[in-house]
Amino acid sequence: MQEIEKIVNGKDLFKRPEYQEVLANKKQFESSMLAVNPAKVDEIAEWTKSWDYREKNLAREAITVNPAKACQPLGAVMVALGFEGTMPYVHGSHGCVAYFRSYFTRHFKEPTPCVSDSMTEDAAVFGGLVNMKEGLKNCAAVYKPKMIAVSTTCMAEVIGDDLMAFIIAAKEEDGGEYLAADYPIPYAHTPSFVGSHITGYDNMMHGIMSQLTEGQKGETKQRINIIPGFETYIGSLRSVKTIVEAFGTDYIMLGDHSDQWDMPAGQYEMFQGGTKIEDAKDCINSSATISLQKYATVKTMKMVDKRWKHPGGFSNPVGLKGTDEFVMKLAELTGTEVPQKLKVERGRLVDAMQDSYPYMHGKKFAIWGDPDFLIGAVSFLLEMGAEPTHVLCHNAPNGWEAEMRAMLDTSPAKDSLNVWAGKDLWAMRSLLFTEPVDFMIGNSYGKELMRDTGTPLIYIGFPIFDRHHLHRYSISGYDGALNLLTWITNKVLDQLDEDTKGIATTDYFFDLIR
Amino acid sequence: MGPESLEAKQKAAIEEILKAYPEKAAKNREKHLGVGSPNDENQKTCGDVRSNKKTVPGVMSQRGCAYAGSKGVVWGPVKDMIHISHGPIGCGQYSRAGRRNYYIGVTGVDTFVTMNFSSDFQENNIVFGGDKKLGKCIDEIEELFPLNNGITVQSECPIGLIGDDIGAVARVKAKELDKTIVPVNCEGFRGVSQSLGHHIANDTVRDFIFDAKVNVDTSDVIATDYDVAIIGDYNIGGDAWSSRILLEEMGLRVVAQWSGDATLKEMALTPKVKLNLLHCYRSMNYISRHMEKEYGIPWIEYNFFGPSQTIKSLRKIAAFFDEGVQAKCEEVIAKYQPMIDQVIAKYKPRLEGKTVMLFVGGLRPRHVIGAYEDLGMEVIGTGYEFAHDDDYKRTKEEIFRSTVIYDDVNEYELEAFVKKLQPDLVASGIKEKYVFQKMGLPYRQMHSWDYSGPYHGYDGFAIFAQDMDLAINSPVWAHSKAPWEKEG
Repeated sequence: MQEIEKIVNGKDLFKRPEYQEVLANKKQFESSMLAVNPAKVDEIAEWTKSWDYREKNLAREAITVNPAKACQPLGAVMVALGFEGTMPYVHGSHGCVAYFRSYFTRHFKEPTPCVSDSMTEDAAVFGGLVNMKEGLKNCAAVYKPKMIAVSTTCMAEVIGDDLMAFIIAAKEEDGGEYLAADYPIPYAHTPSFVGSHITGYDNMMHGIMSQLTEGQKGETKQRINIIPGFETYIGSLRSVKTIVEAFGTDYIMLGDHSDQWDMPAGQYEMFQGGTKIEDAKDCINSSATISLQKYATVKTMKMVDKRWKHPGGFSNPVGLKGTDEFVMKLAELTGTEVPQKLKVERGRLVDAMQDSYPYMHGKKFAIWGDPDFLIGAVSFLLEMGAEPTHVLCHNAPNGWEAEMRAMLDTSPAKDSLNVWAGKDLWAMRSLLFTEPVDFMIGNSYGKELMRDTGTPLIYIGFPIFDRHHLHRYSISGYDGALNLLTWITNKVLDQLDEDTKGIATTDYFFDLIR
Repeated sequence: MGPESLEAKQKAAIEEILKAYPEKAAKNREKHLGVGSPNDENQKTCGDVRSNKKTVPGVMSQRGCAYAGSKGVVWGPVKDMIHISHGPIGCGQYSRAGRRNYYIGVTGVDTFVTMNFSSDFQENNIVFGGDKKLGKCIDEIEELFPLNNGITVQSECPIGLIGDDIGAVARVKAKELDKTIVPVNCEGFRGVSQSLGHHIANDTVRDFIFDAKVNVDTSDVIATDYDVAIIGDYNIGGDAWSSRILLEEMGLRVVAQWSGDATLKEMALTPKVKLNLLHCYRSMNYISRHMEKEYGIPWIEYNFFGPSQTIKSLRKIAAFFDEGVQAKCEEVIAKYQPMIDQVIAKYKPRLEGKTVMLFVGGLRPRHVIGAYEDLGMEVIGTGYEFAHDDDYKRTKEEIFRSTVIYDDVNEYELEAFVKKLQPDLVASGIKEKYVFQKMGLPYRQMHSWDYSGPYHGYDGFAIFAQDMDLAINSPVWAHSKAPWEKEG
C-alpha cells in the first residue's frame, strides 16, 4: 500500500512484496515460457547470442523485426511543415495521420498539425474523390492555411486515386468559395510500399518545387537554394543558415521547419516560420541549389540538375570534412573567400577534437540511421580515429552501400568495419552479440539493444522519444560537430567512470581528471 | 461560476465553434456536440450527441484506425504471441511500444510485446500479392522465435484491397506447425475509427482461441467458484496489476487479464470463469457478450478510477459472490480507507475547484471523472474519440454538472473549447499535449498516464492525485509570461 509521505509510481510500486506476490501468483495461469520453464528461456536466450543464431537471423528474407525506417507520407508531412502556413494533407484513412502526428510529436515534443480526408470502405470502392472535395474545402475553411500539401497513404495508392485530377475537381466544384483557382495545392504520390520516409520527403519536395515554380521561370538571381533533407535536428537547420549567412549571400532554405517544431511557450499558433510561399515559387530563378541530403532528394535534385540546370549538387555538412566541403562549395558558388568567422569556428572545433581524441580513438562503434545521416556521422567517427564496426542502414538506397564501403576503406581498421544495408535492428542484435562494440549510436529503438547486449547507447538519430531536447541541438556545421564530439566523448567518459567505480576494487582508475 | 452560467457558456461555445465550418460540415459536427446535464431524462445520450459516424474529411480528427484497435489495443499486449503488422512498414513502426502495456517476460525470447514484426510490403507484394511472403514470415518466426505460443496477422490497408487471403495462409500454417495462427482483417480503412478494430479482434479471439484447438496446456488449472477474469484492462503502466491485487485480496482468483500482460493460456482459460469483470466496455464488450451467450458467464462493468468508484465497484463485484467474499471486500475497503483519506487530505486542498476538460478514448472519458471529483476537481467537458451511443448513455450517469460533450472532437474544436471555457487542466493525448502546454495550460496525457501510473485501484489513485497536483501546481506555468510584459 502507498505511503502518503512517499507515493511511488510503477517504477517502485511493483517492487514491493505484495505486488511481487501478485506477479508470482499470476504465473500459474500463464503460458509464456518464463512461467512454464525458466531454464528453457535461459537456453534460448543464450542461443540468440550465438553465431548459429546470427547466421539464421541474417538469412531472413521475409519478416522484418524491429525496423529502422518508416513510410513515405511521414517524410511528406515533414516537407509540408517546412513551408509557411502549410497544412500537410494526407489523402487516405485518418489512422495514418494519427500515427504521423504522434510520431513527430513524441520526438519533437511539439504539436504536429496534419489532416487527412478520412477515407473509409466506401472510398475504397468508389475512390476518394468525394473525400478530397470535402476535405480540401473543410481544411481551407477551418485552418485557413496559405498552402495545402497533399500526399497519399497506401490505401489511396492501391486504389489508384489521381491526385491532380481530384484537386482540379475539388477547386472547380468549390468555385472559389474556399479554394481559389490559384490556391497552392501541390501534391505528391507517396506509396508506403516503395522506399521509406526519405523517399516520401523527396517526392513531396519534388512536388512542391516543381508545381509551385510552373510558369515562374524568369531571370536568374544571385541566390542559393538550400534543401535540408529529412532533417530532425532543429539546430542543424539553424547552423546551416548561419553558415550560408556568413557568406553574405541571398538564399532560400526550401522546407525549413525549424520554427514550426520549436515554438516558444506563451501562446499557440498552428503555423510558425517556414519557407515563404513567394520564395518557393521563385526558387527556380536562384543561381544554384544545394541539397544537404543526397539520398533524401534523388528525384528532386535530378529535376534541379537536368531541367533547372542549377549548379550546386550535394553537400552533407555533418562532421568536419563534410562541413569543410559545404563551406568550400559556398565559397565557390559565391565567388568569395571563406569568412573569418567560419575559419575561427573551424579552428575551435579542431582544437576540441585534438583535446578529446584519446577517448574516441580506436573505440568500436555500431551505428544506424538514415543513409545521409550515416554518411556524415561515420565520416566524423573516422575523423576522430574511431572504428565504426557496424554501420547499418535499413532504408539504404542504391549506391549507398558502395559509398559507405569506400569511406570505411579509408580507415586503417577497414577490415573489421562492416556495412549492413537493408538490415533491421534484430539483425543488429546478433551483430552486437557476436562482434561486440564499445558503444552504439542510434535512435530510441537502440534502447532494447542496450538492455539486451549491455552496449551503451549514445542517442543520436531519429526518432528519439525517451531523451529530451537533443533534437534542439545541431549536428551540422562546425558547431554541430562540436555537439557530436561532446556527446560521444562524455558518454565514453561516463562509461569509464561506470566501469571503474568499484570501491577498493577498480576505483584506482576512477580519476578526477580525464 | 454558477451552473446556469456554465451551461450557457458551453452552449454559446458550441454555437460559435460551428460558425467556422462550411455548411455541410457544420451540419454534421453540430450533431456531435452537446451539453450534458446530470439526471436529464430527456437526453437520449449524454448531451444528445451522435457518435460512431464517419469523420468529417479535412478537420484533423484525433481518431485512429481499425488496425490500431486490433494490433494496438486488443491483440498487441498478448505477450507470448507474435503480432505481425502485415503490409507496409509504417503502421508497425508508428505503433511500436507506444501504449505502455506492461508485462513480465524476456523480450525477444518468450515475450514480444514491445517489438515490431512487419512483413514490410514492397511494390511487388502489392502487385503479385503477399500471401507467399506471409507464409515465409511465419516460417522465419518459427525458426528464430521458437518459444512463441502463437502468431496473429494484423492486416494493414492494402491487404483487403489487393485480394490476399490471409485466412487461407493462416489455416495452412496453423495445421503445418500445430500452432495458433490468427488472421485479423483489421485494415485501417474499415469502419470509422479504432472501434471496429476492437470488434474484429474480439471476433478473432472467439474464432481462433475459443472455437479452435489451442496448443497450450490448460489442464493444470482446476476451476474454482471464485474465478474471475479482468477484461478490457491493457495494463497501461501496470493498471491491471494494481487492480488484480484488490480482487485477490477479497478472495477472488484472477485467472486471466485481457489483454495487458496476457498469455494465450489465460485467454483460453477464460470460458471457465464464474464472472467476467469488464473495465473497458468499448473495446471488449463483444467478447464478454459472447462468453455470456456461449458459456453462460455473466459480466459486469466496473470502474477502478478513484476511491468512490472503486468502492462502489468492489461491492458490486462482491455482491456476486458469497458472504465470505463480501466480508473480505469490506475488509479491503476498510484497509485502504486511511490511506485514501490521507491522499485526499493532502491533495484536495491543492486541487479543489480546479476545472478539467477531458478528451480520450475507450472508457476513460467517463470512468476518470469520479477520480477527479474525489479530489474536488470539476470536470466541465469530456468526449470520446470512437465511442458509440451506449458509451454516451453511460456517460450521463458519471457527470456531476453541466458538461460540454464533444464526440470525435478535432484539433480546431478542442482548442476553441479550451479557449472559451478556460479549464485549469486539460487531459488528453500526445497529439494535443503541446498545443495546450504552449498556452501555459497544465496538461496530463490520459492515454499513457504521461509515462507514470498505474492509475487503477487504490495505489493507482494515490499516483493519480500526485500527478494531477504535479501538473497543476508546478511552478513552470508561471514562467510563460516574461517580467517585462504588462499585466492583463
